[in-house]
Amino acid sequence: MARFSDDMLSRAKELVSLYPDPRSATIPLCHLAQEQDGYVSDEAMAHIAELVGSSAAEVQGTASFYDMLKLEPVGRYVIGVCTNIACMLRGAYEVLEDAEKVLGIPVGGTTEDGLFTLEEVECIAHCDHAPAAQVNYRYFGPLDDESFRSLIARLRDGELDDEVPPHGTLIRVRREAPPAIPMTEIDRERAGDQE
Amino acid sequence: MTERIVGARLGYEDSETLSRFLATGGDQGLRRAVLEMRPEEVADEVTTANLLGRGGAGFEAGRKWSMLRKAPRRYLVINGDESEPATFKDHLLVERDPHQLVEGATIAAYAIGASLVVIYLRGEFALGLERVQQAINEAYARNALGRSIFGSSFSVDILLQPGAGAYICGEETSLIESLEGKRGFPRIKPPYFPAVIGLYGEPTIVNNVETVSNLPWIVQHGGAAFKALGEGRSTGTRLFALSGQVQRPGPYEVEMTKITFRDLIYGKEYGQGLHPDRSLIAFIPGGVSAPWFFPENLDIPLGQDEVAKAGSMLGSGSVIVMDDTSCPVRSAWRIARFFARESCGQCTPCREGGAWIDKILRRIEEGEGREADLDLLLDLCDNISPGIKWPPAQTTICVLGPSIPPSVSAAVNHFRDDFLVHIKEGRCPHA
Ligand SMILES: Cc1cc2nc3c(=O)[nH]c(=O)nc-3n(C[C@H](O)[C@H](O)[C@H](O)COP(=O)(O)O)c2cc1C
Ligand code: SF4
Ligand code: FES
Repeated sequence: MARFSDDMLSRAKELVSLYPDPRSATIPLCHLAQEQDGYVSDEAMAHIAELVGSSAAEVQGTASFYDMLKLEPVGRYVIGVCTNIACMLRGAYEVLEDAEKVLGIPVGGTTEDGLFTLEEVECIAHCDHAPAAQVNYRYFGPLDDESFRSLIARLRDGELDDEVPPHGTLIRVRREAPPAIPMTEIDRERAGDQE
Repeated sequence: MTERIVGARLGYEDSETLSRFLATGGDQGLRRAVLEMRPEEVADEVTTANLLGRGGAGFEAGRKWSMLRKAPRRYLVINGDESEPATFKDHLLVERDPHQLVEGATIAAYAIGASLVVIYLRGEFALGLERVQQAINEAYARNALGRSIFGSSFSVDILLQPGAGAYICGEETSLIESLEGKRGFPRIKPPYFPAVIGLYGEPTIVNNVETVSNLPWIVQHGGAAFKALGEGRSTGTRLFALSGQVQRPGPYEVEMTKITFRDLIYGKEYGQGLHPDRSLIAFIPGGVSAPWFFPENLDIPLGQDEVAKAGSMLGSGSVIVMDDTSCPVRSAWRIARFFARESCGQCTPCREGGAWIDKILRRIEEGEGREADLDLLLDLCDNISPGIKWPPAQTTICVLGPSIPPSVSAAVNHFRDDFLVHIKEGRCPHA
């Protein structure tokens, strides 16, 4: 879709300024692009490359390695059903099969209205609530066919809008702190410690 | 009553708030460290405590810190990637006690003289990321972070870095690559330790979330008090993540070595046993990289050396229970499939071996296996990690590869009859 908007650009620059090496901001900026567009577009990757001082190919090389960074548009809600061992032992594959039926799409698919994308995911560290799932990385579980159906209904009705922002919005709490302490200042302080 | 250290606040509904944190001893460890102790004194307490890393490898934190190469710049990275299947203790700590994590990270930074701290959390911890950012913001606001912390001469910043979905980024050199904006490929060793060459080529300490969450308590109560808990090398307490087919899965903090797997799985205060009319066939004592245990191993205490002596590991502290309604072929397949999917692909034995094992186990589970597959599976395991022994031999860049054989060989060797039934009947008898 697009490069960063003005508001996003100022957030992006602020992120870049925090790191001793701007390239460390690559993944955070990919998340920011996803917050803006729901996925990481080619234009956004080119913009990120300019901001962190690498090439668009390098940004794409990085972004394509990570499951959470989507290089193609996805649904407003990405539903990740965990089928790893602890969830499998408590019926995860039944939940996944049911999810395909309820949503009418196979794993990897997106509903025609663009609302839901279904994924089968590896352990999401919610195994004491198995079988577990995430919607845009917010936790749900333990699930069965009934609670899954009701989750979908509540998402459709907008009842979970506060808990579950649209796909791509990850961290809604902004950093509030003085500007990063310059490394040269820290270097001087640490040199003093060592005397 | 078991002693609670990292989980002390978890009984409170509002354990993640600053007010609860401050009302329950929050900041006291950090104040004491920066105002009353020299950095070496803090490190000495951690060495005395014999705090073992809680990220999986169980390396002594004090010893790791002492290996830090002398250089003007050094970094501290907190590993909260927690993606090992069935491990969910760090998830709990970042969501339910983020202030303790920030305090612990700041204490560690003081002890090693870090120039900058990065807390790296897996991207899927959306709520955890928000809560840790909130805790960092609040720490700056009360001068528990930033310039001249609590009026001392110590200054440091903490950055929060979200991951983006890759198990391999939990491996410390891969995590560092990721933090430099690259694909998460583990680095070739040597250098063996980021303490020598780490982030941006500078000496770097990587410590797990739970490891540093212990530090406020250790500074407040002293390393000796920590060491007084547990036995031998296993000191203090640990958060065990109990999952699978038990009545009450959950995180349980217990004093090291003081209870057995039987207590954890069947005890009233813990797992409360299996579902009625079912029996235990196997359990995994320390995450899916660990060799499986069986009912005859139930009386082994939850201690590092005790579990190692019995041929497995405590690893990431996750205990997975399988009852007799589960299919061991399917469990072994699901674990192998995880590793096959998450292999970064740099090393042939891991990339190819993992993919083959996934395929073969799947065809056996689906009733299309042949008897020769059993030897083939063990042969593939042997190619990934020669000798299929414990601890495993390593021919790959990182230990993800050698983590594949333990569950496969345990299942094939211990549940051979089950495999044969799948092959003879052409279907899974448990389906
Ligand atoms: C494949 C792989 C995945 C790992 N995942 C994690 C993880 O998610 N969290 C973690 O703390 N350590 C993980 N580790 C261990 C780290 O490399 C490192 O030993 C640890 O973070 C050091 O912290 P500690 O000494 O405090 O335990 C992993 C190791 C490997 C080989
Ligand atoms: S062992 Fe596997 S995960 Fe580790 S570096 Fe090699 S290919 Fe990558
Ligand atoms: S196995 Fe599903 S959340 Fe851990």
